[in-house]
Amino acid sequence: MSALREGARQVMAWLHGWTGLLLGWVLFVMCLAGTLSVFKPEIGQWMRPETRATADPADAVQAATDWLATNTRGSTGWYLTAPSARTNTVEAAYDSDGSFVYRALDPVRGAPAPRETLGGEFFYRLHFELELPYPWGRLLASIAAMAMLVALITGIIAHRRIFKDYFTFRPAKGQRSWLDGHNALGVLATPFHLMITFTGLVTLASLNMPWAISATYGKDLAAVYHDLAPGVAERARANVPVPLAPIAPMLREAQRRLGGTIGRVYVINPGDRAAVVTIFRSDADQIGFTPAEISFDGATGRPLRAWRENRGAIQTYNVVYGLHMARFASIATRWLYFLGGAMLTLAIATGLVLWIVKRRERAPLSLGNRVLERLNAGVLPGVPLGCAAYLLANRLLPLGLTGRAELEVSTALWAAAAAVAMGAALPPRWSWPLLTGATALACALAALIGLSISVMSVVLLAVAAALALLAAKQLRPPKRAPERRRRAA
Amino acid sequence: MAGTARARAGWRYRVNVTARAVAGTIGAYAVAALFAAAMARLLPMPRVEAIMPATLLAFLVGPAVTLWAFLARGPWRAWAGVVLLAALFAAIGWAAGAPT
Repeated sequence: MSALREGARQVMAWLHGWTGLLLGWVLFVMCLAGTLSVFKPEIGQWMRPETRATADPADAVQAATDWLATNTRGSTGWYLTAPSARTNTVEAAYDSDGSFVYRALDPVRGAPAPRETLGGEFFYRLHFELELPYPWGRLLASIAAMAMLVALITGIIAHRRIFKDYFTFRPAKGQRSWLDGHNALGVLATPFHLMITFTGLVTLASLNMPWAISATYGKDLAAVYHDLAPGVAERARANVPVPLAPIAPMLREAQRRLGGTIGRVYVINPGDRAAVVTIFRSDADQIGFTPAEISFDGATGRPLRAWRENRGAIQTYNVVYGLHMARFASIATRWLYFLGGAMLTLAIATGLVLWIVKRRERAPLSLGNRVLERLNAGVLPGVPLGCAAYLLANRLLPLGLTGRAELEVSTALWAAAAAVAMGAALPPRWSWPLLTGATALACALAALIGLSISVMSVVLLAVAAALALLAAKQLRPPKRAPERRRRAA
Repeated sequence: MAGTARARAGWRYRVNVTARAVAGTIGAYAVAALFAAAMARLLPMPRVEAIMPATLLAFLVGPAVTLWAFLARGPWRAWAGVVLLAALFAAIGWAAGAPT
């Protein structure tokens, strides 16, 4: 690196700063939500404490389809995920009377869990859809991920001493400390940061880089889907009502043919003579995503077509995709993903703070930078506050409320919006400790209400303690460097 | 970009940065997209397989062009590089033709 021209290094640092600043807050939301999504099934379990029954996956999916057959009208498709070692419920996304819903279904009764909630699905969707309508959320997430890749590469090139930064932290020295912290967080897990950003871009490739497909398939997207997953049968709706054949025998047949365990189950055109049941092998025991699938005639239960993926190029893509989804990960690997994600989230937050600290120590802040300082004070503690408020709403909102799941989400969004408003209205030396303290309180309350002791409650209490300490630290007046300020002015 | 305060404020500096920023964003994406299209047509594999390496590598071509746009000696060179690469990949894709 030392052979690089000093000018070039400065250009890289400049580019790193601007890409980070322009999309930093979006990336902060994405990284925080993505980090929480590592434990999506576990968060779902914690948020549905009443639903404890377990069943064999085939029986659970049978119960789910029985319930859906009598409780949905005019569905075009039911998209189910079978229970696994990590979760006992059947995750169901389906349309009924024209509206699309997501519910966790009880594995024995097949009905939605009484504590109606999106669970970890909220963080998962927030991670790449940012609560924006399709396709805008995914497009913004794609642009942010591209900026992230540039920010990572320029950050690495701008760096003089990668190895030394593993061991450098000079606390309570203003800009120095923030830079040391930012560097350590970025450098310690650099390979993970590069991997997760690149693979994240790839997961949205059909939207953000469709040009290889259009150059070879033109507009014939049906042909692409067919070639990508030859085991998925497509049939037009016949509009002749025929009840769905029992699904448990199809699931057992699928398991016999595909090996492993059942992953996702799609029922297309349910209740129609042209119904198709497609069963995907679970990817929990290997990195590659969608390893094999088989389709059945939904009306008769006869197998239509099956496919086991063995094409090298497709498997390469599936592995890249699977590396991002981390469904293959054992508990230790999952915690490493969580840790890597948390470090990236904090690297982004410290980078955004550093932008202000660096300029504040040189000269009084310009109006634009004062606005950025207040946005930082609202967004950086406000997004975690929204996440904590979501968990707390799950404990406080009464069961059986109409639109309960949606209300939990609105609570999260309003809490975050209120935090941004507060960050704009109050001086940062007040909004930072107040919002950090409120997040600590919300985490602690969410852990304590309900009083079911679980790993998640312990983690929440630990986060609450850490944030409370941070809030107390933020209350103390910051050390300034008056002689430098005067010289600059 | 690492000029003096006076150079920073000048319109020359602003035009320089803007030109490079457009080359490094829209230009870089266009080069990556044309690369993906050309590779998908060029690679000797069934088309459904060729789209995979073409798309994966395009995500590396994009940031490389972004860095070029800011490291090149002068905005004209930055743009020349972007236009040349775009023309090259467009020509390859056009010559290879759509698979039948």
